[in-house]
Amino acid sequence: MRWLRYLNQWRGTAKEALEQVSIVAKFLCLIHVTDRYIISSTHVQGPSMLPTLNLTGDVILAEHLSHRFGKIGLGDIVLVRSPTDPTRMVTKRVLGLEGHRLSFSADPLVGDSSISVVVPKGHVWIQGDNLYASTDSRNFGPVPYNLIEGKALLRVWPPRFFGSLR
Amino acid sequence: MGIQNLLWQVTKKAFTGGIIGVTISDRCCSVVPVRGDSMSPTFNPQRNSYLDDYVLVEKFCLQDYKFARGDVVVFRDRYIKRIVGLPGEWISSSRDVIRVPEGHCWVEGDNKASSLDSRTFGPIPLGLIRGRVTGVVWPPQRVSKIS
Repeated sequence: MRWLRYLNQWRGTAKEALEQVSIVAKFLCLIHVTDRYIISSTHVQGPSMLPTLNLTGDVILAEHLSHRFGKIGLGDIVLVRSPTDPTRMVTKRVLGLEGHRLSFSADPLVGDSSISVVVPKGHVWIQGDNLYASTDSRNFGPVPYNLIEGKALLRVWPPRFFGSLR
Repeated sequence: MGIQNLLWQVTKKAFTGGIIGVTISDRCCSVVPVRGDSMSPTFNPQRNSYLDDYVLVEKFCLQDYKFARGDVVVFRDRYIKRIVGLPGEWISSSRDVIRVPEGHCWVEGDNKASSLDSRTFGPIPLGLIRGRVTGVVWPPQRVSKIS
């Protein structure tokens, strides 16, 4: 019956281990909920939002509450799931809400031909600040509002550019 | 003092349970009711709303968004349809032949007569998908794995 005694000895340790694991699990769940529903940090890079965001990459804080309450407005910088590649997130500025009429130049390098669109219901028009190097709604059309996953709050890295984004 | 302590304990437990539940429902799987009959006879074969089917939706497919033709997927707001066209494929809709753009999919309900789907509003971005249906879990006599 010695193995029964060993079992009893280990029971105390097992219980403590389980408690520690459950604390870690709860903490990870809290991180997930905060990251997905409240606030998160994202590394953004690329030329499409020059001069607002740097080419070599910035870390920005984005909040995930506004889009759930419909509080995305004109001029907001939003994190959107790309309509051409659902595994990627893109950062662009909202330049048109549903029902707005917009006109844009089909080819900004060449210049004059201008196309006019009306943003359909349930969609938004997003554009990068750098018109010459950005694939955005001028290429893939208005995107559904529900693809928006966050609104940029402020930039936290690099430190000399810390602050709100305008 | 005892009541206050009890209330605090209950609140803490509810909060923890809520957070764990939300995490599991976002990353692992969740159960959603099927509304309407746009997916008859696969779901809700009779129009009695007391016997709505509940289906199990898995979220692991959202890691890389790889779907196959024939998958039943769930969109936001409990919208459930079947994928009929993947990116790059050609779909013949009522009037013409359409190519499904990159990053989008063509969905249709099984009950073609009463279903609002891609035949009405075109291809839908894959980014709007919130999970894939793996089987029916309620009512018990209809428990089955999805084909």
